[in-house]
Amino acid sequence: MRNWKTICRVDEIPRLGARKVTRKSGGDIAVFRTADDRVFALLDRCPHKGGPLSQGIVFGDSVACPLHNWTIGLADGCAAAPDVGCAQRFSVRVDDGAIALDLSELALPQRDADPGTASLVRGGNDAAAASVEAPAKAAA
Amino acid sequence: MKKMNLVMVGNGMAGVRTLEELLKIAPDLYDITVFGAEPHPNYNRILLSPVLAGEQTLADIVLNPVEWYAGHGIALHLGRKVVDVKRSRRVAIADDGTEAPYDRLLIATGSNPFIPPLPGKDLDGVIAYRDIADTNAMIETAKTHKHAVVIGGGLLGLEAANGLMLRGMSVTVVHLMPWLMERQLDEVAGGMLQKSLESRGLKFRIGAQTEALLGDDSGRVKAVRFKDGSEEQADLVVMAAGIRPNTALAEQIGLHCNRGVVVNDTMQTITDGRIYAVGECAAHRGIAYGLVAPLFEQAKVCATHLAEFGIGRYLGSQTSTKLKVTGIDLFSAGDFSGGGDTEEIVLSDPSNSVYKKLVVKDDRLIGACLYGDTADGSWYFDMVREGRDIASIRDHLMFGQQHLGDTGHAGNSRASTMADSAEVCGCNGVKKGTIVKAIRDQGLFTLDEVRKRTKASGSCGSCTGLVEQILMATAGAGYTAAPKLKPVCGCTDANHQQVRDAIREQHLLTIAAVYEELGWRTPNGCASCRPAVNYYLISTWPHEALDDPQSRFINERAHANIQKNGTFSVVPRMWAGETSAAELRRIADVVDKYRIPTVKVTGGQRIDLLGVKKEDLKAVWQDLGMPSGHAYGKTLRTVKTCVGSEWCRFGTQDSTTMGKELERALWRMYAPHKVKLAVSGCPRNCAESGIKDVGVIGVDSGWEIYVAGNGGIKTDVAQFLCKVKTHAEVLEYSAAFLQLYREEGWYLERTVHYVGRVGLDHVKAKVLDDAANRARLAERLRFALDGLPDPWFEHDKAHIDVRQFEPIAV
Repeated sequence: MRNWKTICRVDEIPRLGARKVTRKSGGDIAVFRTADDRVFALLDRCPHKGGPLSQGIVFGDSVACPLHNWTIGLADGCAAAPDVGCAQRFSVRVDDGAIALDLSELALPQRDADPGTASLVRGGNDAAAASVEAPAKAAA
Repeated sequence: MKKMNLVMVGNGMAGVRTLEELLKIAPDLYDITVFGAEPHPNYNRILLSPVLAGEQTLADIVLNPVEWYAGHGIALHLGRKVVDVKRSRRVAIADDGTEAPYDRLLIATGSNPFIPPLPGKDLDGVIAYRDIADTNAMIETAKTHKHAVVIGGGLLGLEAANGLMLRGMSVTVVHLMPWLMERQLDEVAGGMLQKSLESRGLKFRIGAQTEALLGDDSGRVKAVRFKDGSEEQADLVVMAAGIRPNTALAEQIGLHCNRGVVVNDTMQTITDGRIYAVGECAAHRGIAYGLVAPLFEQAKVCATHLAEFGIGRYLGSQTSTKLKVTGIDLFSAGDFSGGGDTEEIVLSDPSNSVYKKLVVKDDRLIGACLYGDTADGSWYFDMVREGRDIASIRDHLMFGQQHLGDTGHAGNSRASTMADSAEVCGCNGVKKGTIVKAIRDQGLFTLDEVRKRTKASGSCGSCTGLVEQILMATAGAGYTAAPKLKPVCGCTDANHQQVRDAIREQHLLTIAAVYEELGWRTPNGCASCRPAVNYYLISTWPHEALDDPQSRFINERAHANIQKNGTFSVVPRMWAGETSAAELRRIADVVDKYRIPTVKVTGGQRIDLLGVKKEDLKAVWQDLGMPSGHAYGKTLRTVKTCVGSEWCRFGTQDSTTMGKELERALWRMYAPHKVKLAVSGCPRNCAESGIKDVGVIGVDSGWEIYVAGNGGIKTDVAQFLCKVKTHAEVLEYSAAFLQLYREEGWYLERTVHYVGRVGLDHVKAKVLDDAANRARLAERLRFALDGLPDPWFEHDKAHIDVRQFEPIAV
């Protein structure tokens, strides 16, 4: 069961920027906005040393972690080569400029993120979801 | 839409690299067809010598296996030679009749060995040294025959001779010129090389002119006869007398050739714009290159043009040479022959087999020839390419980079003697073995590639020289360091200077305009170029170009220093390091109220509050009631002072007041990198002015100003700029120097590197000799800083997005 909760409007996140979303348990979530207003959500923890991705520089479809400059893909949460590792992804729905996260997904216990299982948790593509589809690419 | 057809003639390193670059940026533009005369996929021709010497196998040196071509949908015709091209119909025809229509044709036919027109050159057992077939023929011959003669004592000939000797043959090298490798070495180094090779068992006939090759009854070569009538027994003769661009096809189809297929700066043949040429067959501005790095630069330019990006020009390359004979170290670069109006610095130690010659002209290094100790080859080569002013390090130049001190590889700068388990890059924990493996397995040739694949030297950069040495030792002679003009990042081919120039000359005011004007490959850059371009804009057009906070690193966006756990540190400004009871009380109250875990005194005489939550930053600033210390930015950080004449019994000048005046005049100043000042009240120099970007030392008659010191990764002592009398002069000279650095420095270049690049004489000419210019510089800095907000208190005016301090809760 999806349980969408509006968190803010798209224009409340700076273009090429992010906002931090806190939750009761499981760690913060970073919600990113690209130059062309697409929105992505990742666990706010770099797979390298746990740096807060919400504080990084956003460019193209990636964010550079502020601690050691790993490049993390916003769509799949995975580090660009030669680095290896993925940050957990979260579903995002954008409806008439309002950004919503799925509370039932947020309430799931934290687990090691990898793109293969992420798509299972997401339960397929929501027709209204503006996030990209689950990538077929495996972690490098 | 139907794709265009791209046909490539030749299947070597330069051509395939062009395809790789093209597929990276425009994977779907062309249907690609490749014709290769050899029956092998693309392999690393440079490494044929280690194969011959038995150090590597043929399988080791394949760069692109057949599957690579298939995986990219490339139609590959191996063992097929293109015999004709009908330019009017735009179709290439192979020797088996295959026809391939093209929209673009890429000629990458490489070069042919030069075979001197000697009687007997067609006998059995007479071969060139150019490809896998030649290498195999040599390996086979060595199994059954004893005597080999190599004609040509250049790079290739010596590598062939060494390989044959290691395979058990008795080898004589015949060389027409007065010493070995005369194009890469001077006479002394050539002589040392010969002696060293002789001690390994090679024989030489220097200055000998070959007259004929003599055969036996079966038509196999048996001896070489010289002009003086003497003969040398030979079962195998290897012709290594040089290479010639392979332009047979190009000439046949009417393309203009002059020692190579003549191409323009976009690698198009000047005869036919649909036809490109790259690699050893191409003549660019009269030069056909034979080393891999220039060819890869050509490949990149050619690919961007084929991709219809219309950017990138090839402007020629400087090259360097290294011999791939294990155990012999030699290196040369640039113009090492000297003479004329050049000067030579020479170190000669024949009994230790070390010889070094550096050629200097107008305080620039223009060439180097090293034998025996080549550890600093890449360092010298960098200086040759960059044209750096070496006046200030001339005394030490001969003794190498290590002598100048560098914690990055102090005590061990000989890449070849390092164990595989030794750590090269201390920032990213990359070991030598990892780098060597990546270079071998993935066929890497440039520093950038090694950085990208292994992260070595990707952080602080202090091990760059060492990584370059490993690259040279592993990839061999084909390697030359990074391109002459290093681009800002992978998003562009433009270098820092070109970006600065464009912003100034075209009056560009936004990052988007810069990317548009310079043809950036990415829509909004990356984390490397955006902060650089943002700085160039606001420093070139102050109060006009708008600062873009999203293009700044988090520290400059949040005006605090991010720490490893995601919290921040806060350093309030204490003018010249002086504080008061009231300030200290407020600091103590803030520490208690916000439960700040650590309070630390910094090297710049400030107090650092560590572990502040981002949500608390605004309130912490408010409660402190002290200006921003800018400890988080590429800005003026601190002016450190000693107590000076007000209290010190030795003090000759009031350093604290001078420091406060400087700090108040310069604070809020953004710069290419962080800027630190110090003022000492007497020559005892308790404020450590000698390792600061601007260091001021009080003497009885006034102030001495030093610039471009650095206490960071590599300690550099500041250089004396001038001596002045008054506080006002200290302020004006310091401001003028810093403004010059702000206007001319490249992003992330500290003053020491900026002054190293432009030379102290340049700084003196602009700041000391020209009083009017000095006043203008100081005035431009004053204008730039005038009215700038304190970001801790004037959030709106400082363009701070305060929403970042308020997390959203679900």
